[in-house]
Amino acid sequence: MSGDLVDTGLLGPAHLPYLLRLADGSLILAQRLLEWCGHGPVLEQDIAFANIALDLLGQARLLYTHAGAREGRGRDEDAFAYWRDEQAFLNPTLVELPNGDFAQSVVRTYAYVAYQHGLWPALQTSTDPALAAIAAKSHKETSYHVEHLEGWMIRLGDGTAESHTRMQRALDLVWPYTTELFTEDTVTLAVAADGLGPTTAHLAEQWTGATQAVLATATLQAPPPSPFRSTGQQGRHSDHLGYVLLEMQALTRAHPGARW
Amino acid sequence: MYTQSMDVPSDEVSASPALSDAEASATFDARCARGEFIEAKDWMPAPYRQTLVRQISQHAHSEIVGMLPEGNWLTRAPSLKRKTILLAKVQDEGGHGLYLYAAAETLGTSRDDLIAALHSGRAKYSSIFNYPTPTWADIGVIGWLVDGAAIMNQVPLCRCSYGPYARAMIRICREESFHQRQGFDLLHTLMQGTAAQQAMVQDAVNRWWWPVLMMFGPPDQDSPHAETSVKWGIKRISNDDLRQKFVDAIVEQAAVLGVTLPDPGLKWNAARGAHDFSPIDWTEFWQVVNGHGPCNRERLAARVAAYDEGAWVREAALAYADKQAARQAAAVTPATERRSPP
Amino acid sequence: MTNQRDWPLWEVFIRSRAGLDHKHCGSVHAPDATLALQAARDVYTRRQEGVSIWVVRADQIVASDPADKAALFDPMADKIYRHPTFYALPDEVNHL
Repeated sequence: MSGDLVDTGLLGPAHLPYLLRLADGSLILAQRLLEWCGHGPVLEQDIAFANIALDLLGQARLLYTHAGAREGRGRDEDAFAYWRDEQAFLNPTLVELPNGDFAQSVVRTYAYVAYQHGLWPALQTSTDPALAAIAAKSHKETSYHVEHLEGWMIRLGDGTAESHTRMQRALDLVWPYTTELFTEDTVTLAVAADGLGPTTAHLAEQWTGATQAVLATATLQAPPPSPFRSTGQQGRHSDHLGYVLLEMQALTRAHPGARW
Repeated sequence: MYTQSMDVPSDEVSASPALSDAEASATFDARCARGEFIEAKDWMPAPYRQTLVRQISQHAHSEIVGMLPEGNWLTRAPSLKRKTILLAKVQDEGGHGLYLYAAAETLGTSRDDLIAALHSGRAKYSSIFNYPTPTWADIGVIGWLVDGAAIMNQVPLCRCSYGPYARAMIRICREESFHQRQGFDLLHTLMQGTAAQQAMVQDAVNRWWWPVLMMFGPPDQDSPHAETSVKWGIKRISNDDLRQKFVDAIVEQAAVLGVTLPDPGLKWNAARGAHDFSPIDWTEFWQVVNGHGPCNRERLAARVAAYDEGAWVREAALAYADKQAARQAAAVTPATERRSPP
Repeated sequence: MTNQRDWPLWEVFIRSRAGLDHKHCGSVHAPDATLALQAARDVYTRRQEGVSIWVVRADQIVASDPADKAALFDPMADKIYRHPTFYALPDEVNHL
């Protein structure tokens, strides 16, 4: 994708896992969102979610292609998406959780796109110029996603008694998985040290400020902090990702070497 | 996107065309005969309105139900490129359904009423979506043959006498043009692939060929609404003529693709300047139309479930809008801010 | 479900590019103006059809009655002096 930018190999051992965390996050969330297509509460919403899923798929494809080019071992976007096993996927657990009802899908999607919304601007000064370019393109998309999802957070949080109850339940279930997004580890430390991406502290600050305001308007309460920490970005996933991949990869893997 | 020739009768009771105003009716017929467009607020005979509501809503329902068999493969598309294309296509079907519901609504029936008619089984949708999509090649064949047949049906509707329908169809046909191509491209790629992929394509063509020919609707002599529909400019080309045109076009494309169309009776008739083909099994068609196809129950159940499970969402959004309106009314100050149009 | 209200209908107008008028292109259902705009964007600009969107509640539009068509519009038919072609000019006159 990088056009005139020269891919000059990986910038340190954290570079590839970091790109894959971002790409896998976008892909798996897209995969979840497109499950809604044809089954949403109203036709307009099917079309809205499909648009978001298409943007996320686009992000994933750019990031995989770039990761493959940097890695230099001939892996293309489909090699990453279809031929890696569960432990090699590095998306945060948040995006692999089942859709649940519409409330749960809204809360989960909002939590992740709000995270991306803090991430992309910070990545625009990355020492990886292609990543910076992808971030600049993605930021426009994510800005719209955030606006759309914020609207639903508030409408449903402050809608009827039933919608409020469903949203609060979804929040209680989903929110503990957001801690992982801001947990420091060897990858995030190296990324920040190499100037590839922001610190987790920076992202946490952005995200917390934005989401707190929305939750307050939506009359929802974030659950109290929990010691639970999900570990999808380490390749240690919930029960759910295995099924997502089984479905996503089955046809491709049944025909090794085939073109589609 | 998919219309089947829409003169398949619904179970909806249609009032007898007791024309109260013979003069208005004569003026109306003359307008249609001159090829004028009829617009939403114009006077129109009740049977014209009923026919259009039935036809446009059947068409809209077909788009929405049609999202299901293809949507079935969204999670499993074998490459990210194909997944992206398929999602954009299925999304288009949703958009087309939306345009068509809006066109039907101009005739005075709400979208919710139209959807209720679908869910209760009173309204029909294209029989083609009651067939399953067990393999990836089905996605290609739906694009190539099903969309191909639909486009052939739809292009004449761009000149339909009812303005809102004609305008929706123009938009749909323009967007539709990539659907058939992506289907052909998908199949072409499979036919260049492994023996298993090629077999997948032939199997899918075998299963879809006859149902696709049925999409053009019953033979002309059995089409109950055809005559008035032609007079009013709602229908422009007969079922059999469109079917023939389709067969002639597809035979060539099938040869390029390298697939065999499953009809031993299919051959060029030099005298007619067209292909002959074997008789169609209309028993199967009527069975599927009347609810006894392979997937009728599943398809309808999926639509009903989506609608029912979304009820609390639609209700909450309205409740929030009401609250906001009340809050704004309470907060109104004398110096109301005026905004100029963007 | 039966006692439920429909989401209101909104008419959508799109400016396809700078310099052109907004033009009616269809409608969407939405509970409020914000979501109506978003739905219009998601439904009607999937192929870069627009640079600006207006949405208007359909029930807020006041329209002329087709029955008044003759009274409203036929009287303009004989006002041919409003059109430049009504005026014959000498051949020598240009740029007028």
